[in-house]
Amino acid sequence: MKRSNAPIFWTLFGAGGMLSALIGPMLVLITGIAVPLGFLLPADLMSYPHMLKFAQHWAGKAFTFAVVSLFLWHGVHRIFHSLHDLGLKTATGAKLTCYGVALLGTALAAYSLLVIGF
Amino acid sequence: MNETHKVIAIEVLRYRPELDEKPFFQTYQVPFTEEMSVLQGLLYIKDELDGTLSFRWSCRMAICGSCGAMIDGVPMLGCHTFLRDYYPNKVRVEPLAHFPIERDLVVGADDFIGKLERIKPYIVPKEPRTLAEGEYLQTPAQLERILQFSSCINCMLCYAACPQYGLDPAFIGPGVLALLHRYNADSRDAARADRMQLVNAEEGVWSCTAVGYCSEVCPKGVDPANAVNQNKTASAADYFLHWLPKGSGK
Ligand code: SF4
Ligand code: FES
Repeated sequence: MKRSNAPIFWTLFGAGGMLSALIGPMLVLITGIAVPLGFLLPADLMSYPHMLKFAQHWAGKAFTFAVVSLFLWHGVHRIFHSLHDLGLKTATGAKLTCYGVALLGTALAAYSLLVIGF
Repeated sequence: MNETHKVIAIEVLRYRPELDEKPFFQTYQVPFTEEMSVLQGLLYIKDELDGTLSFRWSCRMAICGSCGAMIDGVPMLGCHTFLRDYYPNKVRVEPLAHFPIERDLVVGADDFIGKLERIKPYIVPKEPRTLAEGEYLQTPAQLERILQFSSCINCMLCYAACPQYGLDPAFIGPGVLALLHRYNADSRDAARADRMQLVNAEEGVWSCTAVGYCSEVCPKGVDPANAVNQNKTASAADYFLHWLPKGSGK
């Protein structure tokens, strides 16, 4: 039988799942609730200059890149398999679209993180 | 059977290919006692009410794996399910989902048997061993790795539970993958590389979307979902290793 290339997508899916389980809720709390409401954390924590500095540091770059790309790979994998469960028979288009979005997001994240400099 | 017995309505899906255009439900009124199983209810129908009803059974004690059916929509062994748990409601008995109906509750198992044969469901020793060399020794930890997976009775309930098998029967499926794992994880076996070719295919572990209902319905405490998951990890390792110059993959 033909070897499936699923391990590539499954590994990215697994890594994204692990990362989102570990820090997803915390990120929602910080970026969605605490900072906008000025609750627990200073309201200017995520101001443009602060975030730019964060993203210019190599560790900030690595973190941002991992979160953006791995969350995306995880999400599209789930969506793709849910579409399959809903009975989508011709899976090639859905596969290209889903994983294409993740690939595009990954490339965009890498590009943006590079052009803002160090 | 005396007058004091309770009576339960058993609704059975009938289909006799030479007579019926399509399957239909037929209801029988069956007197039952506390300890009567659904299988015994079907046997009562066959002996006392309607000899034309067809179904499979043998051991009547959850060992042979032949009496599986959809009981009120859930894949169960008829001999392991009791009428008292459904009374005073009726109980509906249908052939196992996702399999072609051969006759009444009898389904075609050819697909399952074919898959079972393909995985080499037996120990393939590294080299022939003479009687004089004695038995194979296994540590308790080595036995533990395979023990639960060796309890499978090939009842196919997990196939009736698996939505992915329902969508695409090319999927090797939970029970056979659990058995494949049982042999691959056995310290006495040497056919892992052959079986990995099945595991690595799309029809192998990669058709599974981790629903987990297979493990819920298994009457023998086998956890096929766990076997599939362990083999996703094994298959991923195999995949990345086969790119190495002297990788273990083929
Ligand atoms: S794994 Fe369990 S449910 Fe599946 S065939 Fe084996 S005994 Fe039956
Ligand atoms: S009759 Fe053997 S498992 Fe039910």
